[in-house]
Amino acid sequence: MAKISVADKLGVNKFNVYEEKSHIVIDKQYPDAAEVDRVVRICPAALYTADANGVRFDYLGCLECGTCRVLSGGKVVTDWQYPVGSFGVSFRKS
Amino acid sequence: MDEKFDAIVVGGGLAGLAAAYAMAQEGLEVILVEKGVTCGSKNVTGGKICSHSIEKLFPDFGETAPLEREITKEVISSWRAEGISDAGIDPQHFGLTESRSYTVSRAKLDAWFAEQAEAAGVMMIQGIVVNDLIVREGKVCGIIADGDALEADVVILAEGVNGLLAQSLGMIPELMPEETCVGTKEVIELGEALINERFGLADGEGVEWMAIGDTADGQYADGFLYTNKDTVSVGVEFLISDIDKTQKSIPELLEDFKALPEIAKLIDDGLLVEYASHLVKKSKSDKIGKLYGEGVLLVGDAAGLVANAGWVVRGMDLAVESGRLAAEAVIRSNASGDFSEGSLASYQKAVESSFIAADMKICADYLNQ
Repeated sequence: MAKISVADKLGVNKFNVYEEKSHIVIDKQYPDAAEVDRVVRICPAALYTADANGVRFDYLGCLECGTCRVLSGGKVVTDWQYPVGSFGVSFRKS
Repeated sequence: MDEKFDAIVVGGGLAGLAAAYAMAQEGLEVILVEKGVTCGSKNVTGGKICSHSIEKLFPDFGETAPLEREITKEVISSWRAEGISDAGIDPQHFGLTESRSYTVSRAKLDAWFAEQAEAAGVMMIQGIVVNDLIVREGKVCGIIADGDALEADVVILAEGVNGLLAQSLGMIPELMPEETCVGTKEVIELGEALINERFGLADGEGVEWMAIGDTADGQYADGFLYTNKDTVSVGVEFLISDIDKTQKSIPELLEDFKALPEIAKLIDDGLLVEYASHLVKKSKSDKIGKLYGEGVLLVGDAAGLVANAGWVVRGMDLAVESGRLAAEAVIRSNASGDFSEGSLASYQKAVESSFIAADMKICADYLNQ
């Protein structure tokens, strides 16, 4: 199989995006780069990115697994809820 | 709605559906609230279901449920830097509960189960998240869903592995990275004929292939592959705390597994049709927490009931059994009118003397040897 990006993988999924707010809240200015890197690498959907301006989380492609919350223990991820009912990802094949 | 139900079930996965179905069959008024648009749409399996426990509810499960393939070949390999080799693990040796097993798509299986539950009389509410519980003087009396209050004699929490409501009650601790794995998989379409050809299968036959990462060789993820009817599920399972032992990301570890020559040739020219991820506890301890409180029971993943030793990952059969046993306890309480902790405690005893506890202990003993 040809290698495709994680963003393209998410592109085959069905999402019903709740536009008003993210169901996950992060500390965008979390000071410890090593801690941020752990969260960046653990997210299966590769939705966390970090640069000089801080941490970014793109909630639109979230698979709602909870991995970032469990790893972070309240550090980078400060609040984690499920999206509003019927929103978010809807798996069809899994 | 200000009607009071006999039971409210939070979560329409297999544990919640089993509980709701079994209670409704005994005439209880049951409402089930599921956050997904339909039951199964938020659920992910590797994976296969061992059908022995759901067959207690549906004796003709193998003939009537929407199943992909019956597992006819189980392979346990070791994943090292140089490739895949035999792991020397004989799953028969450990004495896990014997069962037929089938690959399944949860979107299809849970939707089917929801239809059976509805036909049995369960009121199904789908697409609504339960945000909060109604607790009075230490007793769980109901739920808040989308701003509406619903009350019942008992609330069964079948909310899945993340267990936010059970955590809010203080019944379970937050998941720890040292005992929680993340499973990430691709569903890849190949077509039924090509799967049969590449895996040497007849129609309806299926393969489960577990590839255990050799940590001594720096390989911290486990790989897995399951054949569905016309797709294969290929993924990795990774203990979250091991993120400090590798420089790679989860998506990179999955690509590493897919790139192994033994795997790559099987999925060559396949078409990605879904990308999914889900948490699963590792059975590092066989301790079962307290599964009951005043007016409340925990079932399935929310109760931490999973048998996961890496080479075996069983949750769905434990979920169904726990849901059924919870239903039996509620039916007894309903008959006696006593929903106190003391009355619901019979559920805990039932779980601890069932195959659930036995299989969890086998996995914990293996991981701690």
